[in-house]
Amino acid sequence: MDFKSKLLNDAVEQMSILPGIGKRTALRLVLHLLDQKNEDVIKFSNAFIKLKEHLNFCEECFHITENIKCDICSNSSRNEEVVCVVQDIRDLLAIETTEQFYGRYHVLGGIISPMEGIGPNDLNIKALEDRLKTNKIKELILALPATMEGDTTNFYLFRKLQDYNIKFTMISRGIGIGNQLEYIDEITLGKSLLDRTEYKSNYQH
Amino acid sequence: MFISELSLVNFKNINQAEFSFSPSVNCFLGNNGQGKTNLLDAIYYLSYTKSFFNSIDSQNVNFNENFFVIQGKIEENDSIFDLYCGMKKAEKKVFRKNKKVYKKLADHIGVFPVVMITPYDINLILEGSDTRRKFLDGLISQFNKQYLADLLSYNKLLKQRNAMLKDMRFQKSYDLLEVYEASMDEKARLIHKVRKDFIEEFTPLFNQFYRDISSNLEHVDLLYDTDLNDHTLSELFQLNRSKDEKLGYTSAGIHREDLVFSIEGNPIKKFGSQGQQKTYLIALKLAKYEFIRQQKKVSPVLLLDDIFDKLDDNRVGYILDLISLNKVGQCFITDTSTTKVPSVLSDFNVSFNQFEIISGTVKS
Repeated sequence: MDFKSKLLNDAVEQMSILPGIGKRTALRLVLHLLDQKNEDVIKFSNAFIKLKEHLNFCEECFHITENIKCDICSNSSRNEEVVCVVQDIRDLLAIETTEQFYGRYHVLGGIISPMEGIGPNDLNIKALEDRLKTNKIKELILALPATMEGDTTNFYLFRKLQDYNIKFTMISRGIGIGNQLEYIDEITLGKSLLDRTEYKSNYQH
Repeated sequence: MFISELSLVNFKNINQAEFSFSPSVNCFLGNNGQGKTNLLDAIYYLSYTKSFFNSIDSQNVNFNENFFVIQGKIEENDSIFDLYCGMKKAEKKVFRKNKKVYKKLADHIGVFPVVMITPYDINLILEGSDTRRKFLDGLISQFNKQYLADLLSYNKLLKQRNAMLKDMRFQKSYDLLEVYEASMDEKARLIHKVRKDFIEEFTPLFNQFYRDISSNLEHVDLLYDTDLNDHTLSELFQLNRSKDEKLGYTSAGIHREDLVFSIEGNPIKKFGSQGQQKTYLIALKLAKYEFIRQQKKVSPVLLLDDIFDKLDDNRVGYILDLISLNKVGQCFITDTSTTKVPSVLSDFNVSFNQFEIISGTVKS
């Protein structure tokens, strides 16, 4: 598509780099920005420049932070002996909203999938191993997606790190809370039976 | 179980047609290209939610139209249910049982069992091993959902392993390769056991049918070709490691297994006559029929597409015996002659409904 203006072409080109944005949507968004007041557009673009300039990844866990260490890693009331391994920051935030976890995190930055060209070296696995070497960590909670790629990554991490004296756990998979059994697929239901847990009186979600 | 009514709109060359079927034998008679096989395919659709011949749904819509509808009434003892399959071009296919839409089409498989015997079955002999694996896997997974899930996981893992073997960046990353291999090994054990058990149960059925159809004149075998009886998949991976690295894909495993069809110890593909091959395939399909019947405790509907071509009178007689002795439930037969099948059926004292098909319309 040619929009008869180099400036417009460039802007659309840049906008369409974003995931899920095609040329047409990009054009609509760019034209919308063109309609805005100058200072509003400056405010808009400055937000991204500042974001990129001032937001770093925590040197410990690779969560986002404006400092060297993130809020979670520098919070001494959070248990440093338990580390939850997650795929990305979105998953970390999801676990944070549960308010059920008071340990630390480790953000892998993806999961292993050779088909998409992602191998162990593209992830923050080396850094995780370095953290284990400090001997402060007693438990690793694997909280990766319940897909084949997630399972593979779990398995890889376990094999790679099993010689360290730590406990490996995995978030449980099975029936979603509030779901009727009859609507659950056989594989999930079967797995939840195999992984059944002992009933504790006063069981609560 | 049988289909008592069928109505079609714009399905292939049939613009509109309605049928009432006999619970025993129904014949579709007419010249080539009139739509006999399309009628069998419509019934097949109601069972498998897709065409036997063409898996692209939109290509099964009549040339001049943009949708098709297949509806059927299925009866079994006292229960009756309606099936509906509607397909509008550029929209998702809708499949309903008693007006309730299926969320997953796979949930319907096995509800209305059908076995089709057609000249295209020859592909099982002529084509590569994937056609035979599809036959095997399709039949097993009708009764074993865990098998299907294991097979899908295995194939996903295989794709990842192959991607590693192809990608220079993953050369010598044996730690990751071994993770895939160990996971595949675990799935392969499960799949291999199910396949082996299945063949053990299936082969006697097949042998019995072949003996009966051929009057015990020839000896045939149906064998499961696998390397996993003597080795684990991990061992095979070890043995083939450098070969796989050169090839850039995985040269041994569940995905290379095969069924070997042989006659007098030789491959039937090269050493069987056309008639013997046809007999072999009919025995294979009847064994499938019998297997489903034993598992489901209900007789599937049998669709016989042009099968009396190339068979000698003894073999035709055996199949008609099966029908006349009520060993099979409802069946549908197509033939190009309007007189041959009806007269043979009458000779065997089989009552039947007869439909003459002329360019997509019906005279009953």
